[in-house]
Amino acid sequence: MKAIRIVIRGIRDAFKSVFRNFSLTTAAITCSTITLILVAVAMILSYNVQSITKDLEKELTIIVYFKEDRTEEQIAELKTKLSNMENVETYDFKDKETWKNELKAYDETFNTSLDYFTENPLLDSIVVKVKDVTHLKETTNEIRKYEYVESASFGEEAVLENVIGAFNIIEKITVVMVFALVVVTAFLIGNTIKLTIFSRRNEIEIMRLVGASNISVKLPFVFEGLVLGILGSIIPILITVYGYVILYDHFNGYIFLSMIRLVKPFNFIIYVSLIVLGLGSIIGMIGSYLAVRRYLKI
Amino acid sequence: MNLIQIKNCYKVYNNGVTAIADLNLTIKKGEFVFVIGASGSGKSSLIKMLYREERPTNGSVIVGGINVAKLRNSKVYKLRRKLGIVFQDFKLLPKLTVYENVAFALEAIGMNSKEIRPKVLKALESVGLKEKVRSFPNQLSGGEQQRVCIARAIVNEPKLLICDEPTGNLDPEISKEIVKILDKINKEFETTIIMATHDREIVNKMKKRVILLEDGVLTGDYLKGSYKAHESN
Repeated sequence: MKAIRIVIRGIRDAFKSVFRNFSLTTAAITCSTITLILVAVAMILSYNVQSITKDLEKELTIIVYFKEDRTEEQIAELKTKLSNMENVETYDFKDKETWKNELKAYDETFNTSLDYFTENPLLDSIVVKVKDVTHLKETTNEIRKYEYVESASFGEEAVLENVIGAFNIIEKITVVMVFALVVVTAFLIGNTIKLTIFSRRNEIEIMRLVGASNISVKLPFVFEGLVLGILGSIIPILITVYGYVILYDHFNGYIFLSMIRLVKPFNFIIYVSLIVLGLGSIIGMIGSYLAVRRYLKI
Repeated sequence: MNLIQIKNCYKVYNNGVTAIADLNLTIKKGEFVFVIGASGSGKSSLIKMLYREERPTNGSVIVGGINVAKLRNSKVYKLRRKLGIVFQDFKLLPKLTVYENVAFALEAIGMNSKEIRPKVLKALESVGLKEKVRSFPNQLSGGEQQRVCIARAIVNEPKLLICDEPTGNLDPEISKEIVKILDKINKEFETTIIMATHDREIVNKMKKRVILLEDGVLTGDYLKGSYKAHESN
């Protein structure tokens, strides 16, 4: 019973204090709001870059053409070789007849021009999907070694490599940014709560003098940190939810001529909101716990 | 029965100042004791050791069965719940009303609000402030503020009331009033009272036990004593 009373009193006092120390409370909430907005934006950016990179990587396949004089055994051989290769996820064999039919169906010019040939001029092919695009080049070179392979390539090699490299760097930068901002938020909220506690050190002193146990001195302040953290994350969450939905709808889910697909708002923003809320409250609680501890060493 | 037992107690501060030297003292339940001495005589150090604001450097200070010297920070509240403390500077919370200030002491130790109300009103009644429950400290006179402080100190019905120069900031008339209230508490509730003071007039008039400290050494312990007794000796 007593423990429940202490907890209830802690929560009540936390709210009381939030309203009674209005100016300091506002300062704490404002600075956590600003930093949490930055955290939310950085998280959204980081996750989108990750998803874009993944999308791009999915598009990356190696197209292998067999030489004209390949034998059925050689096709079978390459298939087993591919199955044994570590970096190969899937492969898809397409013979030249299928290519021809597909091309003819695709375009009238192809249809007529392909009819000029008595023999099919196209080559049998295999489309290979890899597990890890960073080893795309090695895998391609490995496939090129076989004498019955006419060519193996993955599109505009240099360009693709650069794009993937750039996105990898951007991804890393945004991740570092998120972490840096989390640290900054922790520091700011902790410091502001230290200020509110400093302005109330008389209260803490009297609590100690009249025989309040350490836990019942700490609890109201820890709850206060929690309340500040939660209040500080409301605006960032609203901005995240509405801002991202509006952005997504505005661009119809794609930016830069439908090349880059944005992550769908739901459930993505719910996760971001929950993380922001969790960060705000945990940082608030830890910040005030550490700050109040200093005043208990009487 | 001894409520306070101090044996071979020394208090040496980090800067090398010896505030208390080889103090031996016992105070019985229900006594009213004045602690007198010039500034820097160790009065405050003695008082502070009684509620474990300071720890003795050597020797033992036992208050209500608790050895203050061995009491850890996290267990200090167990000692503090057995005693009430009245300060020279009142230490009231300016944003709380008189009632809330007194109730604060009981809320802080997790008491039920149904139990708190009658206790607070009773304490305020015994210091004569029942009609001021809704006032804030800055609306009260110095004497009234000190009475709130006393009400807060006795609300938990402590066995021991420690007063650190409670009349230091008050004029002589009000000081007498305060000491009268303390005397009443001492008689009515049999609360042991230890009061450090400079106030010659009060000590002379009350004819209570007087403990005299000089440079941290106990130089006089007079039953029904006074400044006069000390001066004539």
